[in-house]
Amino acid sequence: MAEWAIETHDLTKRYGYRPVLTGVDLYVTPGEFLVLFGPNGAGKSTLIRILCTLMKPSWGAANVAGYNIKDDPDGVRASIGLIGHSSYLYEDLTAVENMRFYLRMRGVDAVERRMGEALQVTGLERVMSNQVRTYSTGMKKRLCIARIVADPPHILFLDEPYSGLDEEGIRMLNCFLLTLKTAGCTVFVVTHHREQGLATGDRALYLEGGKLRTEPPAMGEV
Amino acid sequence: MVGLRTVYLLLGKDLLVELRNRETFTVMLFFAVVMLFLFHFSLNPERENTTQLAPGLLWLAFLFTGVLGLSRSFQAEQANDCLEQLLLIPGDRGNIFLGKLLGNVAFMLAVELLIMPLFALFFQLNLWDALLPLLVVAVLGTFGFAVIGTLFSALTANLRAREVLFPLLLFPLVVPVIIGSVTATGIILGGGTLGEASGWLKLLGTFDTMFLVVAYLTFEFVVEQ
Repeated sequence: MAEWAIETHDLTKRYGYRPVLTGVDLYVTPGEFLVLFGPNGAGKSTLIRILCTLMKPSWGAANVAGYNIKDDPDGVRASIGLIGHSSYLYEDLTAVENMRFYLRMRGVDAVERRMGEALQVTGLERVMSNQVRTYSTGMKKRLCIARIVADPPHILFLDEPYSGLDEEGIRMLNCFLLTLKTAGCTVFVVTHHREQGLATGDRALYLEGGKLRTEPPAMGEV
Repeated sequence: MVGLRTVYLLLGKDLLVELRNRETFTVMLFFAVVMLFLFHFSLNPERENTTQLAPGLLWLAFLFTGVLGLSRSFQAEQANDCLEQLLLIPGDRGNIFLGKLLGNVAFMLAVELLIMPLFALFFQLNLWDALLPLLVVAVLGTFGFAVIGTLFSALTANLRAREVLFPLLLFPLVVPVIIGSVTATGIILGGGTLGEASGWLKLLGTFDTMFLVVAYLTFEFVVEQ
């Protein structure tokens, strides 16, 4: 097992001449629950996208689950899960069809059993045959969580997971994240929800102007 | 095997979505019928030499309806950022391209199969005797067109001016496919056999293979940021 679940060295991303991430050095131990805060445009989502191999860094290196994001992106992709800003759901398909497609694409076995259990855990069992276009934002988020429940990754990235969730949804998400953490999964959350993040995370970091810091920015800085 | 699984699952998903909403197929078919009406009334098939005009008109109908379907191909994946989910699947990203390509070819051929009898009706042509050779040309021509169309659909999916840029990028590149398809169709509609059109069919086969290899290999760079 790799020493670090996530490890970055001098990770930098520029859009043209505009720096978005500048020399990010990040170390996350396996099983750790890390929360990353930062204002809009700080580069939080860019960092997650680079670590998930959806975007290439301008320079610097990163290993995720022991796999280098440039040399072995497939290793990274097989080890991670992502709950992002978007739902990644096909609106014309039902919850079951969306989940079945996702799980089969990832080569998961016992798809129907896992799917049934995950939909039950997330409370979507009654509406699982409805098209996703009829779902509320919160229900779509629950379906995203159901996909992760059915195929738990080694490292889970969450980008603003609390947005669109009602109180029950937040409770369910926190309970799910706690279960994942207990099972040894590394969790990396990016959120504005300071209260929720600090309550659930082991460690908090702050990203501002593309640079990581361990202390929150002083009042008036952000 | 993993690659094959990605291809057939993606193809199955696209067919299911289309069966559910029928958006692409309906738009393509309606546009094709409108175009055939316009051709019919502007060219007067009773007076003109339709056998000479037919191959070009038939392929114009195929290509313009094809553009409608192809341009929507990756827009569907952009909704809710579904393409990102596909990009997170381990394996060669070229397989995503193959899955989308097969879906596009299936939609285009389905519409073409409906256009052919309508075209025969409007232009008083007997396509029945030449149906099999025509289908061979249609499959080869459609495949070549769809390969480049699928790649450019992915390339332009995020652009604001994609409706304008997509055909502008696509048509110049598929000129060899258009020439080959129209000429081979002309030979067959003129009473020729597949053997007589074999030179053009080989040209189509060569371009299809060349386009497929290039598109498969470049797809990863097209979709990455």
